[in-house]
Formats: sequence, structure tokens, C-alpha cells
Amino acid sequence: MTDAAKDKAVQHSSVQQESDKPARSQWRDIWDQFKSHRGALFGGCLFLFICLGVIVGPFIYWNDAQFVPTGRDFIKLRDMRPIYHMLWDPSAKMDWAYPLGTDNLGRDTLARLMFGGRVSLAVGMAAMILALLLGSLIGVIAGYFKKLDGLLMRLTDLFLALPLLPMILVAAVLFREALSKSIGPEGGVFVLIVCLIGITSWMPTARIVRGDVLAIKEREFVLAARSIGTTPRSIITRHILPNVLSPIMVSATLGIATAIITESALSFLGFGFPPDFPTWGRLLNDAVDRMTLFPERVLWPGILISLTVLSVNYLGDGLRDALDPRIRGR
Amino acid sequence: MLTFTIRRLILSVPTLLFISLVIFMLLELAPGDPMAQVPLTVPPEVKEKMREALGLGQPAHIRFWKWLVQFFWIEPQVLIDHYFGTSFSQGDLRVISWQTRSPVMDIVIQRMPQTLWVVGTAYVVAILIALPIGIYSAYRQYSWFDQMGTFVSMVGFSVPPFFSGVLVIVIFSVQLGWFPSIYDTTLVVDSWDSFVKQLQQMIMPVMVLALQITAQLSRFMRASMLDNLNQDYVRTARAKGLSEYVVVMVHVLRNSMIPVVTVIALGIPSIFGGAIITEQVFKVNGIGQLLIGAIQANDLPMVQTLTFIFAVLIVLFNLIADVLYGILDPRIRYD
Repeated sequence: MTDAAKDKAVQHSSVQQESDKPARSQWRDIWDQFKSHRGALFGGCLFLFICLGVIVGPFIYWNDAQFVPTGRDFIKLRDMRPIYHMLWDPSAKMDWAYPLGTDNLGRDTLARLMFGGRVSLAVGMAAMILALLLGSLIGVIAGYFKKLDGLLMRLTDLFLALPLLPMILVAAVLFREALSKSIGPEGGVFVLIVCLIGITSWMPTARIVRGDVLAIKEREFVLAARSIGTTPRSIITRHILPNVLSPIMVSATLGIATAIITESALSFLGFGFPPDFPTWGRLLNDAVDRMTLFPERVLWPGILISLTVLSVNYLGDGLRDALDPRIRGR
Repeated sequence: MLTFTIRRLILSVPTLLFISLVIFMLLELAPGDPMAQVPLTVPPEVKEKMREALGLGQPAHIRFWKWLVQFFWIEPQVLIDHYFGTSFSQGDLRVISWQTRSPVMDIVIQRMPQTLWVVGTAYVVAILIALPIGIYSAYRQYSWFDQMGTFVSMVGFSVPPFFSGVLVIVIFSVQLGWFPSIYDTTLVVDSWDSFVKQLQQMIMPVMVLALQITAQLSRFMRASMLDNLNQDYVRTARAKGLSEYVVVMVHVLRNSMIPVVTVIALGIPSIFGGAIITEQVFKVNGIGQLLIGAIQANDLPMVQTLTFIFAVLIVLFNLIADVLYGILDPRIRYD
């Protein structure tokens, strides 16, 4: 950024501070730009709110997600409607202790939604981190070491040409038994799905990172570092990686969104988690059979998936603008 | 250009071979046993015979080679026989499904029209909606129309098809009762009434698929138009005194369509993949549902063939997109 543009940026973001103030850190500038993007701020807040609700919620909320009533309780507690039904149908079966009602086995819907959200978000985050690690590693290696470039990029092209959703479905079915035996039913499926999503979604990150590394590698500061005898390893970690951080962060947010959608799709098609270990996709799938009678059971998980993905997408959008020094400060 | 096309075609052969190997290895390495469904009372030697009858007796490389021969050599012959009445494939063993014991390709051909109808219509509808939205929101950048378009496409990105599908079913077939929630593939269109019925049952799946495609395509169209609207040639065209309509719809649009056309070509295979979910929601018995059923029934030849067909579509449309790009944009000539 030129000095004039920088001055303008400082004036724009904080008028009361004069330009004789000490230099502001880069992250401060990014935060200021991020704040000015209304959608991104809203998305970020919403995402934080959903995360908090899902993590803290079960500690505050009084019903247990795994509890299945038996005997007379079962008849009494099953198929409860959400309390807002009172507005148009006061005779419906509902209870203030179960704000979003219960399902056909008498399990509390809100508790299951929070539990499912934990799993969905955990899968999304873990798969994103795996995809990011793989993508950055392959991208940096391909960009930095010329010998490996051709090979690794052909590999990336090949992965992009694979029919990913069918293959994920096939692998999810074929490897489920073996992993369940060794790690346990829930843990096995978790590891399996995270690995499948991670292994099939690193390619865009790798391509972007490689492109950036190729450009940065030729800059003078890298030449300077190399001329004083810095090893390739520390050139990568100290000089190159910090400079490709912004595309990595942007693809991280988008990665969460796609991972959550893929996991929900798997669960929706019945290839994901078992029914007593719900995720949002699984809850949606379970509710589809009876959606004519109980549409709210379909709506809530679906709305939560969509809202989470929407907020993450907006977050990524704002982050991209904030991290791009050409846009920042305008 | 021709040499480039031929070179790409030749290069795609090893790619496809490698992909088929990857799919085969995935199915091979999987610990699942196709005999797991057989009752335990069946004696082991009978089980072994059944295994051989399914073609599982030989080592992996021979089975892979057999599958390749069946898919690339025998199936095309069957197709030629079917069209010209010849008998090249007489007595040759085709890829047989374990579920139905009938040739896989026959079932695929049966299921293809449903998928093509729904997906194809959705794609055409999406293109027809997305292009005008993209053009207008680029022309009036940051207007309320543009803001709305951005928001709607953001929603289109974020709402997964299995939720938007269920949502439209709840609204339009449960609450309002306008459309049937299940796609009836046995319906024969031969009169006005059956045509209306067909239209009614197609509206919801088409809309769900089209929403997703529209979201991506209209954003792309907008970005591409914005790139071109600030170019020097646009100023020249305006300075010549051309009308605004001609400037935008002829000069700018034609140039901005170049990347959009390739994106449209690239998107076609991914639509087949995405249609798997939509078909499941609306119970359309197309190839997506065939794949899901085959996976659940552990029908490995069917799964392998279907996955490979998806792979062929991806490679083919990548090739088409590359060639189209070269043809449409004279600045990009590969040779």
C-alpha cells in the first residue's frame, strides 16, 4: 500500500486519531475493515452465537438428549409439539419443560438439536483443519520445490476429476464396520467422516496456496533470506507461510461450510452417524418420514444448518475483503 | 486447436484408466464382504461356489482387467448391435449387477431419462434465470437489485438441497397441496392432462436444483460483466455513439460470456452428483437413486460402473470446457 493510501485508511477508519499516532498493527487494520462489512460482522456474531449455544447450551438446559422415556412416561412424553403452537392451536400436546417439543420416542428436540450441533460443528471444524493442513502442505511443497510441482499438481487435477460425492458414499459404507470395531461406533464414524471430507476437499486450498507461494518465492526478501544461508525449511515457515496466511484463512471458513453441508448430506442419505448419536443432518433425515404431521422437526435442523452455513459464508466474504490489502482502507 | 483437442483426448485416456483403478482399489480394499448377507447355515464350500459365480474367485488384477474389457470393449459392441442389428457381442459376458443379475448398462439406460429430464430442465431453467440477473446486477452495481441478488445467491449457496427440497415439500405439497411430493416415473405424457401432471411433479425438483445453480451462475455472470464494463473498448463503443443497449448486450455481454460458458460446461457433471440428493428427496428413480440403492445392497459392479460413469462425465466436460475456452477466446490458443 502506498503512503497516501495508508493515510487515507487511517483517517477513514478513525477520524479522531491523527496520523502522527504510532503505526497501527496490520491486524488492527484488518479488524477495522472487517467491522465495516456489515454482513460479515453479522455472520461472525451469528456463528459465534450458534457455537456458544451449542457448546454451553447443554450445561444450562435441563433435559438430556440421550434420555429415552419408558413405560407410561413414553406415552405421556412422546410427540410433544413446540410451545409456540399455543398461538394457533391451544389444544395441542405441549409442555413448558419441552420448549421445542419431543420426537416420536419422547426425546427432547431442543436437547437433541444442541447435541447434534456439537457433532456437526465438530465434524466441520475437524474436517476443515485436516483439509487445510493437507492443502497447505501440498500447496507449499508444490510451489516451493520445482521438482515436485508437476507431480503434485497432476495429483490435484486427478483428485478434482474424481466423482467425490459417490466415492465418499461408497467409502462411508464400506469402511464403517471395520472402523467401528476398532474405535467404537461413534468414534469410528466420526474419524471416518472427518477423514473422508478432509481427503476430498483439500484441492482448492492447495491450488491457491501454490499460486501464492510461486509469486512470493521470487520476491527480494526471500532472496535475501536465502543469501544469508537460511534453510528452505525456515524460509517456508518464517517467510512464506505468514504471507500466504490470508488465502488459507479464507478457505478455512469456506471449508467449514462445505464440510458441514457434506456431513449433513451423508447423514441425510443415511450413511452418516447412527440414530442415537444425532447430527443436524440425521435429525432432518429422521423427521422426513413424518413431516406431514410434525413439520417443525424438519424445519429446525434444516434452519440451523442453513443459518450456520450462511453465517460462515458471510464471515468468509468479509474476511476475504479484510485480508486483501488492495481493498482494505478504501 | 485440433491438435490440442486430440492431445487432450489422448491424455484423458490414462486419467480415466487411473481413476477406474482408484475406484476399483477403493472397492477392493474395503473390508466389506459381498457374502455377508448370505445366511450362516449355507455351508462354506457352497459359499465359495457362490463367490466364484460372482466372479470373485480370481485375483484382483485379473478382475480389474476383465471389468475394463467388459466396459470399454464389450459394452460399446452391445450398443452397436442394438442400433445396427449386428451381432458382435454374441456370447460375450457383460458387466452383470449382483442385485438383479441383469447387465448394469441396461439398468443405467433405463434410469437415465428420468435423471436427464429433471437435471437437464433444471440446468436450462437455471441458466435462463441466472444470466439476466447477473447482467442486470452488474450493470446496476450496488443497487437494491444487486444487493438482493447477492443475498439470494448467498442463501442459494447456503441452503443445502436436502433442506430446500424438504421445505418446498412441506410448503407446496403438505400445506398448500399444489404439487405431488413424489415424482411418478411411470407417468406417460400423451394428453394435455398428463402433460400438466408431468409439469406439476417436475416443478419442485427442478426449482430446488435450479436454485443452487442459479446462485453460482449469477454471481459468476456478474463478476464477469463487471470485469468487462470498465474496459477501454466499452468507452470506445460509447464514444462512437452506440446505444446503451448495444454496448451492454452486444459488446460487453459477448465478451463476458466466454468464462461463463466454460463454467456452465464445468458445472454439468457436478449437477449429476448433486442430483443424487435431490432424487432421494423427491423419490425420482434416476441414476442417483440407483447408486444409493446399489451401495446399500453392496452391489459392487453396479457401484463401480456408475461411479466411473460420473468420472467420465467430469473428464469429458473438463475437456469440453477447455476446448470451448480456446475456441471462444482467440487470445487463448493453446498451440
